[in-house]
Amino acid sequence: MRPFDYQRAERLEHAAQLAAGEDTMALAGGTNLIDLMKLQVETPQTLVDIGRLSLGEIADDGEGLRIGALASNTATAAHPRVRSDYPVLARAILAGATQQLRNKATTGGNLCQRTRCYYFTNIDQPCNKREPGSGCGAIDGIAKLHAVLGTSPHCIATYPGDMAVALSALDATVEIAGDGHERSVPVREFHLLPGDTPERDNVLEPGEIITSVTLPAPVGGTHIYRKVRERSSYAFALCSVAAVIDMADNRFTRADLAFGGLAHKPWHDPRIADLLIGSEPSAALFDKAADLLLEDAQGYGENDFKIPLARRTLTAVLCEATGVEA
Amino acid sequence: MSVHRKQDAPDERNVLDTTKQGVLGEPLERPEGLLKVTGTATYAAEFDAENCLEGVLVTVPVVRGKVTSIDRESALQMPGVVAVIADERLTGRAAQGMAGEAPFQPAQQVCYWGQPVALVVAESFEEARDAAKHLAVEIDEDGDEAPLDPDAVEAEQRKPTKNGDLAHAMTQAVHSVDATFTTDGHASAAMEPHAAMAQWDGQSLTVHASLQMLKFNRAELADSLNLKEEQVRLISPYVGGGFGSKLGISEEAVGASLAAMELGKPVRVVMSRQQVFQTVMRRSETTQRVRLAADGEGRLTGFGHEARVSNLPGEEFAEPVLQSSQFLYGGDNRLLQLEVARIHRMTAGSVRAPGEAVGVQTVEQAMDMLAEKAGLDPVELRLRNIPDKHPAKDKPYSSRKLAECLREGASAFGWKEGPRKPRHTREGEWWIGSGVASAARIHAVVEAKARVTLRPDGTALVETDMTDIGTGTYAILGQVAGEMLGLSLDDVEVRLGDTDMPPGSGSGGSFGASSCGSAVFLACEGLRDTLAEKLGIEASDLSLKDGFALWEDEKKAITEVLDGKAIEEIGHFEPGKSTEDYAVASFGAFFAEVAVNHWTGETRVRRMTGAFGFGRVLNARTARSQCLGGMTWCIGNALTESLLFDPTDGHLANCDLAEYHVPVHRDVPDLEVLLLEERDAAASPIQAKGVGELGLCGGAGAIANAIYDACGARVFAYPMTPDRVLAAMPEA
Repeated sequence: MRPFDYQRAERLEHAAQLAAGEDTMALAGGTNLIDLMKLQVETPQTLVDIGRLSLGEIADDGEGLRIGALASNTATAAHPRVRSDYPVLARAILAGATQQLRNKATTGGNLCQRTRCYYFTNIDQPCNKREPGSGCGAIDGIAKLHAVLGTSPHCIATYPGDMAVALSALDATVEIAGDGHERSVPVREFHLLPGDTPERDNVLEPGEIITSVTLPAPVGGTHIYRKVRERSSYAFALCSVAAVIDMADNRFTRADLAFGGLAHKPWHDPRIADLLIGSEPSAALFDKAADLLLEDAQGYGENDFKIPLARRTLTAVLCEATGVEA
Repeated sequence: MSVHRKQDAPDERNVLDTTKQGVLGEPLERPEGLLKVTGTATYAAEFDAENCLEGVLVTVPVVRGKVTSIDRESALQMPGVVAVIADERLTGRAAQGMAGEAPFQPAQQVCYWGQPVALVVAESFEEARDAAKHLAVEIDEDGDEAPLDPDAVEAEQRKPTKNGDLAHAMTQAVHSVDATFTTDGHASAAMEPHAAMAQWDGQSLTVHASLQMLKFNRAELADSLNLKEEQVRLISPYVGGGFGSKLGISEEAVGASLAAMELGKPVRVVMSRQQVFQTVMRRSETTQRVRLAADGEGRLTGFGHEARVSNLPGEEFAEPVLQSSQFLYGGDNRLLQLEVARIHRMTAGSVRAPGEAVGVQTVEQAMDMLAEKAGLDPVELRLRNIPDKHPAKDKPYSSRKLAECLREGASAFGWKEGPRKPRHTREGEWWIGSGVASAARIHAVVEAKARVTLRPDGTALVETDMTDIGTGTYAILGQVAGEMLGLSLDDVEVRLGDTDMPPGSGSGGSFGASSCGSAVFLACEGLRDTLAEKLGIEASDLSLKDGFALWEDEKKAITEVLDGKAIEEIGHFEPGKSTEDYAVASFGAFFAEVAVNHWTGETRVRRMTGAFGFGRVLNARTARSQCLGGMTWCIGNALTESLLFDPTDGHLANCDLAEYHVPVHRDVPDLEVLLLEERDAAASPIQAKGVGELGLCGGAGAIANAIYDACGARVFAYPMTPDRVLAAMPEA
């Protein structure tokens, strides 16, 4: 760990001012950032502790729900409205990390968590995300956890989280405050693909801080979060599917799907809902949905298995939601 | 006074079955348990000393080369930095178990990625860590590309076991199996990282360390530092898990010692989790070919087991994959052949039941395949192939509960008899199946000494440098002494883990309990003789119970017999011919039920039964816990544990507990353990064998067989992760 300055923000405006400084990072739960600082993967000059700001509230927001950026993952997953109206979110959160980590981890921090690529977390290895231009160790290396969708020649890392995958299926919005401004970004647009700038995980600009995530009015339906992993807890997803599905007269009326473990961001492909809505569920239809999802999928040897695994996991989720047997 | 016994013949007296206290074998709680669960047991890194400096090892991202220069000056400019130690005596790897001499020196000769080459010492840990990360080290990299892939180099052949003609037996067999399996590398993954705090007074060195085998470690450290053994004292009362990783002295203890000697101040070195993974010891990956030839009844006529493992050049240790294949099953035509590939990954050494932990499960999968071909119940096939005597050496088994473990385990588990056909049960998305495997582990005993003092107040003190690595040594040594001296466990104090005390066996190879237990037993025999002498009776007429001496109709308090004077004995146990004249080993059986997800290939163990026979049970609670631990490792071994090495530079990619997947609680279902008591007079004077590792020897094979029974996926690669299961699943 490198020596750093520690500042505690007392008010939001103060936090945004502080966070705009050079080499400055905001500290919330610290479950990811502090580990990375110990490894010198992150070496901020200044840490702005936003933990004392009043951003922990979970409250009704019109017909929807506003989840404060500092609400703990545990509090969000246990919140009665989340459990009754957005169960896919509760399930996704509870599928991630461990109870101890969820107690500390926050909504905003979770969205900003960094990849678990082995080459990113080892400062003696090349990584374009950590050190632009140094190369990508994973492409010809250990890539079992890595992305098959939306990769670039510079980076094949995945976004590791679960919560954001559910937020993507729910079409939630990220509320952001900067020094003197506020803006809203749909979760589906919050994370970026690696492209030529894999060092950028998301759209946050220096000095911007997430204040909350807002969920639209509840839509009902069947909520599923399916996470495939090697061990049954404390493991990142090989592949995950968040699904909000509704049917009428044996036809899809809603099919909001998002995928984790496959890309640099929670993956959402609007063509899948377009295909499913209005159609009768069947194994053949699910196969077509998987074809769309995986049309441009590319494996890197070790992670080739993710392509058939994603197909099978999507099929399993759609079968579970619709009662189709395949 | 001292009682020495070299065991050249079985000890059939079974003295411990004639004693009266009734404390031995009882499921007593560990006396130090409360200290451990309340965080008040002091582990190596927690010892403190005034003005203690902190050291952090400097590792280099190079596979092979020589350090040519180290920029000490710029490190010394950094805040708090006191010294950069790059002494030629620094070691770049750990000693192998029971080496008793310095491991490879100097550390400046780099042989694997992540090798420590220096130590930065600073006033605070954070300062030392930062400076260690920044220390500029120049390395003259070896021009030749270092071999990294065990399958791409020629291997050295070890001496094979050959009987008859296996190839011919295979051609003549009615049923045969010829299968090749792979197992990935493993890390010990002990919870407590390697740590040492060293103090030097100008003449003698005292090191608080986390080590398993102090008498060997003392010799290794002294040799590393060019000191006399008498100048070195090691203190290690509690060890937070070893699993083989702390058998030999390692880099942090040598580094802390050198720094303390150079600076004249106490120095503490604690490895980071990543350093523990990257530098200590790995279990080698293996490739194993198993050949079984059988007659029409499924009786083995040929047995072949060939394995390739790897290690660094110059390391003698080779994962002893074939150890139990020597004696577990019959077959007149035999070929057992081990070979070692020389590659530049970190040292391969003892990790949790070296050999059997990966060698039995592949044989057990092959046996399952044979049972299917022969149309036999897998349990029945195994029962048919238990040999009458050691199949290659013509000597009898000292004791063996294999058949009983298979039968009683099957009954407790609710095993359905008969030939098996996969994909018989489905619950929703999950295929359900069950599998069996035998367990086997070689027996070893090691020279050990212990001093037992009967104090004037009638309580006893047991002292040895033996360690407790979480296994229950404090409890079982106290129970042996209590049983022999007629005392409750509360009246026996056990002191461990200090080389100022008589040298025990150390903890390793499942031999600690039987070896040190025997030393305590012998010391107590001496004390009983002394008491009998004081009473003027024959020792054989003396009983001791609840603090009283009993003989004929007489009864006298031990305190009275002692009459204010302590008596002490040193028991000195030495292995002799008794373990050579017999095939001595521990045996058992595993039964596992798994669920395999049809869609994702995820496998979850639903329940598991293990039945084990390992001689006398010294404490039914700690023995059971050992078995539970072993069975938990079976789940990791079968499903998740794998060291991932980068193909380009050979570095270990998954070097923490988030990414190296040991089982989590949710992966470990209800585990049932059956202890089948027996007495093994050839194994040790206390008729005990080892249990520490037995629970890990074969159980992954039961899980693999259950996966096949469930979904029809015969997977030949461990661990059986979802991708591997899916690839083998029919119609997937």
